[in-house]
Amino acid sequence: MVSDKPRIVKVLNVRDESKTVRSLIFEDDICSKARPGQFVMVWIPGVDEIPMSISMTKANGLAGFTVRKVGEASSALFDMEAGSLLGVRGPYGRHFTPIIGDVMIVGAGTGLAPLMPLSEILTQNLSSIHMIIGGKTIDEFVFVDRARAILSKTKSEIIITTEDGSYGTKGLATDAMEPILKEGHIDKIYTCGPELMIKKVLEIAQVFSVPIQASLERIMKCGIGICGSCCIGRYRVCKDGPVFDSPKLEEIIGELGLFKRDHSGRATII
Amino acid sequence: MQEPDLSIEISSLKMESPLMLASGILGTSIELLRRVFEDGAGAVVTKSIGYEQRMGYDNPTIVEVYGGYLNAIGLSNPGIKEFYKELSRSKIDDLPLVVSLFGAESSEFSEMISILNELEVKAYELNISCPHVKGFGVEVCQDAKLVEDIIEAVKKETQKPVFVKLSPNLTDIVNAAKLAEDVGADAITVTNTFKAMSIDIETCRPILANKIGGLSGPVIKPIAVRCVYEIYQNVDIPIIGCGGVVDWQDAIEFFLVGATAIQIGTGIAYKGLSVFEKIKQGIKDYLTLKGKSSLRDIVGLAHGF
Ligand SMILES: Cc1cc2nc3c(=O)[nH]c(=O)nc-3n(C[C@H](O)[C@H](O)[C@H](O)COP(=O)(O)OP(=O)(O)OC[C@H]3O[C@@H](n4cnc5c(N)ncnc54)[C@H](O)[C@@H]3O)c2cc1C
Ligand SMILES: Cc1cc2nc3c(=O)[nH]c(=O)nc-3n(C[C@H](O)[C@H](O)[C@H](O)COP(=O)(O)O)c2cc1C
Ligand code: FES
Repeated sequence: MVSDKPRIVKVLNVRDESKTVRSLIFEDDICSKARPGQFVMVWIPGVDEIPMSISMTKANGLAGFTVRKVGEASSALFDMEAGSLLGVRGPYGRHFTPIIGDVMIVGAGTGLAPLMPLSEILTQNLSSIHMIIGGKTIDEFVFVDRARAILSKTKSEIIITTEDGSYGTKGLATDAMEPILKEGHIDKIYTCGPELMIKKVLEIAQVFSVPIQASLERIMKCGIGICGSCCIGRYRVCKDGPVFDSPKLEEIIGELGLFKRDHSGRATII
Repeated sequence: MQEPDLSIEISSLKMESPLMLASGILGTSIELLRRVFEDGAGAVVTKSIGYEQRMGYDNPTIVEVYGGYLNAIGLSNPGIKEFYKELSRSKIDDLPLVVSLFGAESSEFSEMISILNELEVKAYELNISCPHVKGFGVEVCQDAKLVEDIIEAVKKETQKPVFVKLSPNLTDIVNAAKLAEDVGADAITVTNTFKAMSIDIETCRPILANKIGGLSGPVIKPIAVRCVYEIYQNVDIPIIGCGGVVDWQDAIEFFLVGATAIQIGTGIAYKGLSVFEKIKQGIKDYLTLKGKSSLRDIVGLAHGF
């Protein structure tokens, strides 16, 4: 078993994904074998340790994650340059299970991070993907080019939606689901992004009886299933998730998109 | 032969199994506590709750070391009033629920208990031994007068059993246990974690944000076993052994030196939530092999030598 102690790695490459989003690539054999949907606890010495989904794995021992600058720790990561040192432990958690068939992917923002390596496996499996990428406005999009390149390998489509209509179709990502679900059979839906979007995806999937897998976020401290800070219902997001199947998502629907706990464990409205 | 009897009682707390969930492990929500109970724990202890909300320390709050884990969560908790709401969200009368409390003075403890009094909490555990938060924990534990005041105040406020959790960081844990017994504690829980550190040699700095944390897991078990052994020779109230239980053999060691029950924390990191059922089965098989009909028959056997 791999130790739950940070392994110090050097940032090899930093890639701009948008004005506020960057990918950091580093060498770590263990992370390079991560499955899509798994995350690492990233230690920024002197700052914090935060969970990040693995957004990229390569056969030559490289791996990467993709960070949006929101607060102190994510900004510190965003500002890192090639040569900076980081600690990583993991990868942790349950991953997406790629199938062979017709699938739908609904993602937004950095929620797309784990969905990219997933799409790579899906297209290797020759699955055809209906990918819906949503955002508020045109500046926010990441991974669109990468998604196009991955999806070009099979009979797939990309649908872009923005709330203000500045890119793709005007509306929410979830608005684009129904026409596709009505048109033909979808075997499975994968989603990651804002929790209210995930909840809506679940509700629509229920109507069409399509199984889904969704990746959730909660405050993480230990990342290994003992501290309880990431709890949602009777589950630990770090260990029983972050990827959950429909039955478990239905069990926690009373919390999903409604409330989450802060660092003290106090429930707060989302 | 009949299945050996693993049920135990500590004062009015009745447990089907002697394996409890240790405080601070998954004790943040009532649903998680119930899940651990359903997964085979005889009783579940909440995360330690204080009067005021605390965010705890920054991450990293946990790191693995050889033979165990270091943590400096920093007593993060939502505060007693918020936790009261947490416990009121569902029916808890069938749940063997122990609430762990920490505080800096006796009035805080009695106020917290008066808030929880109407709930179906089955017992309280006083955490006067957290090794890494200034003003609470070990510092409380080291002040005999304060310990006395706290236990007396708590006993005045509630009829429910009160366990006192001690720290191995004390020079004289036996005296602390005797003192707790004298002022009315119903059981002693030993031990909390040990003050410890871990340094990253690449960046030359402590890994935990708080620098110092508490050591748990297999590496502390021999010390915890020694503490139970010594306390058993000096007090009559039940002892709840805690520290490094991962397999059934570890649990048996604690019973042989005199523990009535044991708590499991870090064991979950190694074995997952099935740790309770696995250890329970291991204890049953051991008792059957030794021809014992009840767990009570082996408690303290190591003192015969
Ligand atoms: C499994 C998982 C995977 C994630 N993957 C990514 C990813 O690929 N890319 C990305 O940009 N972000 C990801 N996040 C979110 C990311 O961890 C937070 O945005 C980050 O911790 C914010 O830290 P901060 O100090 O910059 O912001 P702060 O200002 O401290 O916090 C902003 C918000 O971030 C969240 N947050 C803060 N600390 C934590 C913590 N320890 N654990 C979880 N959430 C926290 C809280 O919701 C908080 O309100 C993921 C979170 C989880 C749980
Ligand atoms: C992550 C973590 C958090 C803890 N939090 C608390 C706490 O809030 N209150 C407390 O009394 N003990 C706390 N402890 C100590 C445990 O309850 C237990 O006494 C100690 O870990 C030794 O047992 P173990 O080796 O089985 O884990 C914590 C331990 C860990 C690992
Ligand atoms: S982060 Fe500690 S249990 Fe999930």
